[in-house]
Amino acid sequence: MAFEGLSERLQSALSKLRGKGKVSESDVKAAMREVRLALLEADVNFKVVKDFVARVSERAVGQEVMKSLTPGQQVIKVVNEELTQLMGGQQSKLDLSSKPSVIMMVGLQGAGKTTTTGKLAHHLKKQNKHPLLVAGDVYRPAAIRQLEVLGDQIGLPVFSLGDQENPVEIAERGVAQAKEEGNDVVLIDTAGRLHVDETMMDELKAIREKVEPDEILLVVDAMTGQDAVNVAESFHQEMALTGVVLTKLDGDTRGGAALSVKSVTDCPVKFAGMGEKVDALEPFHPERMASRILGMGDVLTLIEKA
Amino acid sequence: MSFFKRLKESVSKTTESVTQKFKDGLSKTSSSLVGAMDSVFSRNRIDEELFEELEDVLIGADVGVQTTMEIVDRLRSEVKQRKVKDPADLQPLLSEILVEMLQGDDRDTAMNLKADGLSIILFVGVNGVGKTTTIGKLAHQYRQEGKRVILAAGDTFRAGAIEQLEVWGERVGVDVIRHQAGSDPAAVIYDGIQAAKARGADILLCDTAGRLHSKVNLMEELKKVYRVIQREVPEAPHETLLVLDSTTGQNALQQAKWFNEATRLSGIVLTKMDGTAKGGIAVAIRRELSIPVKWIGLGEKLDDLQPFDAEQFVHALFVQAIEKEEEA
Ligand SMILES: Nc1nc2c(ncn2[C@@H]2O[C@H](COP(=O)(O)OP(=O)(O)OP(=O)(O)O)[C@@H](O)[C@H]2O)c(=O)[nH]1
Ligand SMILES: Nc1nc2c(ncn2[C@@H]2O[C@H](COP(=O)(O)OP(=O)(O)OP(=O)(O)O)[C@@H](O)[C@H]2O)c(=O)[nH]1
Ligand SMILES: [Mg+2]
Ligand SMILES: [Mg+2]
Repeated sequence: MAFEGLSERLQSALSKLRGKGKVSESDVKAAMREVRLALLEADVNFKVVKDFVARVSERAVGQEVMKSLTPGQQVIKVVNEELTQLMGGQQSKLDLSSKPSVIMMVGLQGAGKTTTTGKLAHHLKKQNKHPLLVAGDVYRPAAIRQLEVLGDQIGLPVFSLGDQENPVEIAERGVAQAKEEGNDVVLIDTAGRLHVDETMMDELKAIREKVEPDEILLVVDAMTGQDAVNVAESFHQEMALTGVVLTKLDGDTRGGAALSVKSVTDCPVKFAGMGEKVDALEPFHPERMASRILGMGDVLTLIEKA
Repeated sequence: MSFFKRLKESVSKTTESVTQKFKDGLSKTSSSLVGAMDSVFSRNRIDEELFEELEDVLIGADVGVQTTMEIVDRLRSEVKQRKVKDPADLQPLLSEILVEMLQGDDRDTAMNLKADGLSIILFVGVNGVGKTTTIGKLAHQYRQEGKRVILAAGDTFRAGAIEQLEVWGERVGVDVIRHQAGSDPAAVIYDGIQAAKARGADILLCDTAGRLHSKVNLMEELKKVYRVIQREVPEAPHETLLVLDSTTGQNALQQAKWFNEATRLSGIVLTKMDGTAKGGIAVAIRRELSIPVKWIGLGEKLDDLQPFDAEQFVHALFVQAIEKEEEA
């Protein structure tokens, strides 16, 4: 299978650098070929890979590595650092300064918006917030019902006007109700849509203009392939995203989409979905993701070995 | 005769409307891929740079590194053998290779249903790929063919999943066998089979909860569902379809591998092909696991499902280039 042996290949390529007093440009080149493969097989977009490898190569053959006593070790460190840096370096939090703070969830069909709406509400409730969930998907069969069941599970109210009302109207009246009832956070679920569907994208823009969200989060399936950049780019262009939630990371995907999305939108990944249950949401850790994308269980051990 | 011409002829044998549906549904996919392909094939000569650029295009379509290497290697040797000089001649060659790869050994992508008596179709896949929606669409299709169809709500886990299938049942006008949320999926499927037998149904479509292939206990639960079907009806399930989201990257290979191990897949449904993703992973899956794509999903509505046809598929991908060749 595709993934098997990659980690080993990577290790062997890097081990050639191990203990070398001097690293030649061709040594670095060989190692970078393996890094390139690792990234591509992890679904990092091929253009992003190209830029990344070029940048790392430059640093790797540069002074800091060549002059060091352990050049092999330095190359791996550079790869890991650059990858972590690309994903935002450190953890990024939600902006909840407004009263109420409005959070809008957007994304492709089936990405995990509704589930994440429930999870995020649960997460905020534990921080003593009082979220209101707004059922803004009037298209998908039983989407409202799905959110209501989730609301029940976490013991939080769900605002709905049924599926015969306009989503813009629903969002607006949901926020108005939150103000009246004193909810400090409003989470708006929206229907899944294709980034190339103009009518549906216009609907999102109309909602944004009406309720002026503090956070617009793009929900992205971590298993997404090369198309992740097109999707993220379009949603960002239309909506001015403030962050990304990566879902379904509890599987065995390498999740290269994270890197692709981050590099085209420059929006931080704020949360990771780690399961289907309402408590399966975690803050996102760029450094862990870096090791995962490279297929190196633990980059640090590798560095020690190098 | 050029391969494009042959492709076109073969395609025109199927009805115009189907071709149009493919073209429309895949227009997004097609224009982005062809744009990239165009730049490859409009290069001045066939050299290593061209092959490298082509590799990027294929990897960008989620075909995957290994399969891409294989395709490009084959193209290289064809170029040598046939003494191709003009980059423009590469495109039909590439289409030919792709069609061949997608068709595999047997061209048969038809559904294996019984002419008389009950056929059972089981739907499996990871979360959110389009299982429930595809069941709705397929039920509609079989209803229109005059078949008696019943749905079994085997996803008892996800919030609102049963209600979602019930809405589809209403839309299509077929019965849905359901239990309460949280109950044993195998028991629902068992009841579905009994109801289908009792009511003399032709087709039973079984929904299951989305599950990641790497979760052992959930895959065991699925195996149990599979065993119940096998026990109740000899030869069943007649089809076990893996539903794959065409935006999925290399992980789809793992999905196919593990679901195949648990339930012996007979085919794939490639959904959401109306977006800009290219579904190139289907080529890799066909190559590594020999599981054919049987249907493609082109939207969220009742009739947005088409039988898969490798020639149609590649034709749609290259449709701009084909029309160009005709004008010339
Ligand atoms: N394993 C796993 N499953 C998830 C995760 N997040 C969501 N899901 C599942 O993914 C599927 C789709 O989730 P939804 O929340 O319905 O997705 P959506 O984006 O609202 O879908 P639409 O409204 O149809 O566009 C469901 O089966 C969820 O249980 C996650 O982090 N891990
Ligand atoms: N654009 C588009 N959307 C689709 C297609 N097929 C399904 N969808 C959408 O994808 C989302 C998920 O579909 P479901 O049928 O609920 O997927 P599922 O596999 O049953 O999901 P779970 O049961 O949660 O695992 C819904 O919003 C569907 O409308 C398709 O071919 N094109
Ligand atoms: Mg939803
Ligand atoms: Mg479902």
